[in-house]
Amino acid sequence: MSTTVSDAELVARCRRGDQTAWNELVERFSRYVYAICSQAFRLQSHDAEDVFQEVFARVYQHLERLRSDEAIRPWIAQLTRRLCIDRLRADSREGPAGEELPEEGDEDEELAHLDEALAVRAALDEVGEPCREILDRFFCCDQSYRTIGDALDLPAGTIASRISRCLGKLREVLDGKKTGAESV
Amino acid sequence: MTSYDEERIAELLRLLPPAPEGWVRAAQELAPARAGLDDIVRRAEEDAAYRDRVVADLEGALAAEGLEPAPAVVEALRVRLDPR
Repeated sequence: MSTTVSDAELVARCRRGDQTAWNELVERFSRYVYAICSQAFRLQSHDAEDVFQEVFARVYQHLERLRSDEAIRPWIAQLTRRLCIDRLRADSREGPAGEELPEEGDEDEELAHLDEALAVRAALDEVGEPCREILDRFFCCDQSYRTIGDALDLPAGTIASRISRCLGKLREVLDGKKTGAESV
Repeated sequence: MTSYDEERIAELLRLLPPAPEGWVRAAQELAPARAGLDDIVRRAEEDAAYRDRVVADLEGALAAEGLEPAPAVVEALRVRLDPR
């Protein structure tokens, strides 16, 4: 299993001006912010990109004011959500009459799924390589067995069984977290 | 907490595809630009005429400080000069 830096540690390192930590923080939350913009709020690509950049600009600017380093994920979620709503409101003012904004709360269920997906993603980081890359390529990037095999220098015929084994390992990590959470 | 079967795990993994590489790179460029941004903002707070020039041409102000005017850096400067 791989050891991953906690969100709190990553934030603390960013505060100390550690550029590698900032790169990792952006990498860690980029999918989440992107998914909130494009899936939960269904922003157009150019709007999603603007919001994406503004989220990280504000995170960078206000990192020192974050009350708890562990609160980075809900803070990013809330910030992204607010900026998406602002963007939709601005677009609806400029767009044709009759365009409706989503009701507040419409996207709550989608956001809950994304939170859960982020937890699975964190568990995948714990599983480490090569499972992280195999599962990411297959499920997140829709790559074929052949493409994955070529990229990782593995026989394409073994990819399906590797995916199955890796899913099993990921499930063990998730079940471990569940057991840990229940025993607290 | 939810119980995970492999189908559910796969479904959740699919929910988080990678963000476009260019977007991620641009956001990462903020860190190296931090000192330069701090300088511009400090000078803008002390000198209203300089602030007006910066607001009128954010990219030019960054370039004058030797900073690459990447979208994330430009956006960060805009936010810091016009906090909402």
